[in-house]
Amino acid sequence: MPTLPRGLSSADFSAALGKFAAALGADQVVTADEDVALYRDAYSPLWNEPDEIVASAAVVPTTVEQVQAVVRIANEHRIPLYPIATGKNLGYGGSAPNLSGSVVVDLRRMNRVLEVDERRGFALVEPGVSYFDLYRHIEERGLKVWIDCPDPGWGSPVGNALDHGVGYTFGAFRDHFGSHCGMEVVLPNGELLRTGMGALPGATTWQEYRYGFGPYVDGLFGQGNFGIVTKMGFWLMPQPEAYRAGLVLVPRRRDLIALVDQVNYLEHASLIGQPNYGCPLQRLVATEPELRALLEKPGGPTDNELDRFAAARSSAVWQCELQFYGPQRTIDANWEHARERIAAAISGARFEERESYRFPLSAEDKEGVPHKVALGIPNMAIFSIGARSELNPNPRDGHLWFAPVIPKSGEAILECQRVLGEVYRELGMGGTAFLQMPATWHFRTFIMLVGFSINRTDPAVNRRTLANFRRVVEVAAEHGWGEYRSPPVMADKIMSTYSFNDHALRRFCETLKDAADPNGIIAAGRGGIWPRYLRDTPR
Amino acid sequence: MKLRDAAVFIAVVWVAGPAAAQDAGQLERGRTLYEYWCAPCHGPGIGNNGVQHLPGTDALRVKYRGALPALLTERTDMSIDLVKTYVRQGLTVMPFFRKTEIDDGELDAIAAYLTRNNPRPAR
Repeated sequence: MPTLPRGLSSADFSAALGKFAAALGADQVVTADEDVALYRDAYSPLWNEPDEIVASAAVVPTTVEQVQAVVRIANEHRIPLYPIATGKNLGYGGSAPNLSGSVVVDLRRMNRVLEVDERRGFALVEPGVSYFDLYRHIEERGLKVWIDCPDPGWGSPVGNALDHGVGYTFGAFRDHFGSHCGMEVVLPNGELLRTGMGALPGATTWQEYRYGFGPYVDGLFGQGNFGIVTKMGFWLMPQPEAYRAGLVLVPRRRDLIALVDQVNYLEHASLIGQPNYGCPLQRLVATEPELRALLEKPGGPTDNELDRFAAARSSAVWQCELQFYGPQRTIDANWEHARERIAAAISGARFEERESYRFPLSAEDKEGVPHKVALGIPNMAIFSIGARSELNPNPRDGHLWFAPVIPKSGEAILECQRVLGEVYRELGMGGTAFLQMPATWHFRTFIMLVGFSINRTDPAVNRRTLANFRRVVEVAAEHGWGEYRSPPVMADKIMSTYSFNDHALRRFCETLKDAADPNGIIAAGRGGIWPRYLRDTPR
Repeated sequence: MKLRDAAVFIAVVWVAGPAAAQDAGQLERGRTLYEYWCAPCHGPGIGNNGVQHLPGTDALRVKYRGALPALLTERTDMSIDLVKTYVRQGLTVMPFFRKTEIDDGELDAIAAYLTRNNPRPAR
């Protein structure tokens, strides 16, 4: 017996399923328990608990018209829907809905690459296209454009962008929502909307000018629940002539401030792609009791203590990998310019050469690239995080990510390290917050990423994880740091921290939600926005 | 093709019959699906910086320590049911797959491919 949405009778549910089957074909409606179970969130922190968020059924449209039919039937019966693209948003909900009893609209089989324009630099795709699919489409045709992909290549450009996902190449492309241009959306009443220039019949600039005329509404469909996106355009990066990377190492803890300033300049001037910060001392934590003692001290190590420890081992305290894309002569000059600027700003800074490539790469050369996403090559290597390995003999069952947005400055990193160090200590989480460096996917901000383990056999682990997660969200918010993305179970908590002027943002979104989706059928709870009938009531 | 080779070819097809041709098609389909869905984690090749293997291959390498091959394509001990169980139930960080990703027929083909070298017919 499926879990039905609140207030829905079995008879209504059965009637709706019958209409879905009539509109789509019985083989495109998923109702068998063992098949619906495959829509569970494999990384759910509520796994097998009574309040695990599960679907009641799924529908599998293959055309826009079928999506419209599903939405109209859902309106007739007030069936909550939850659209997924490839359904691989693991750590952020996977293929499960935000509201138990929802019918998942599985868009995996709407998987056409509709257009790739090499000369004008864009693609138009359906939601079921994965990064692997789009990459292969481009490679098979020998087109000289790059995609920007997130870590797991089986994700959907549409789904990833709509959850504000991120990648690894050049700044203009790493923010996947920011580099989209034009959407087609089935609205909550079943009408079809095209945004930007797509609203102008006959326009051929849908993937080139994103704003069209009037209000820019695309943002409502990212982490939102105002429609089901059925097409989306993305800007593509021209294949560069060459790539080179170089490593900058600085000797003192406080050098981080000048290092970030210098790297910000290089990045904001479009001289480098993604900068990768790191801490060379991390590799000594396991073998150096003195370092562990410093890190475990209340308040953590002083600047002098950390500097002395590093100097005694001829180690830098921080490092940053700079990545250059472009004509060979240009990127050689940019690397030289970067070294000059940083050497002038930070005494004792050192520089090391890293990988360099010229494009196109052979298949064999591609295989040897150690960080493929930096070259827009989708892969699955990231799953070594959590999987069994020499360093991880006890594999995890999954994870959640705490991912707060912090300012793009060295001072902010050091402050966040201190605050996280305190909260790790309070919660008994262990870890080395004082050496933690931020993720740098976004062009204009840092993310201080923290992973929480999930266990499918021990609910106590998951309860502790959720309690710890809530606590770090609260602590971060006290410092003005908010999450950029959330697993479903934390969405309300996180939205509650975006509380300026008595939660004006949430209230405005609720006003829009009530107007655009009066029956509350689209992705209830997504982004912490609930339809009127589910607000302030147990769900 | 020489006449003798043609005769051998005809004899093999005649003896093996349509079932073998169908099996070959099923195995090729299974290989293609395996390459698409499984090989990105379980195939050969290097992982991210400093990791010598892809994550699925590395996990099985560490788990079996040479007692069994780390590459699924080199295994000869897996049953069809075992392959299907992992695909539909997942294991550790490997999630299960929906039927819109790998349908039952496709899973049959993948299982046939991964059990093709078993010493006894896989069940």
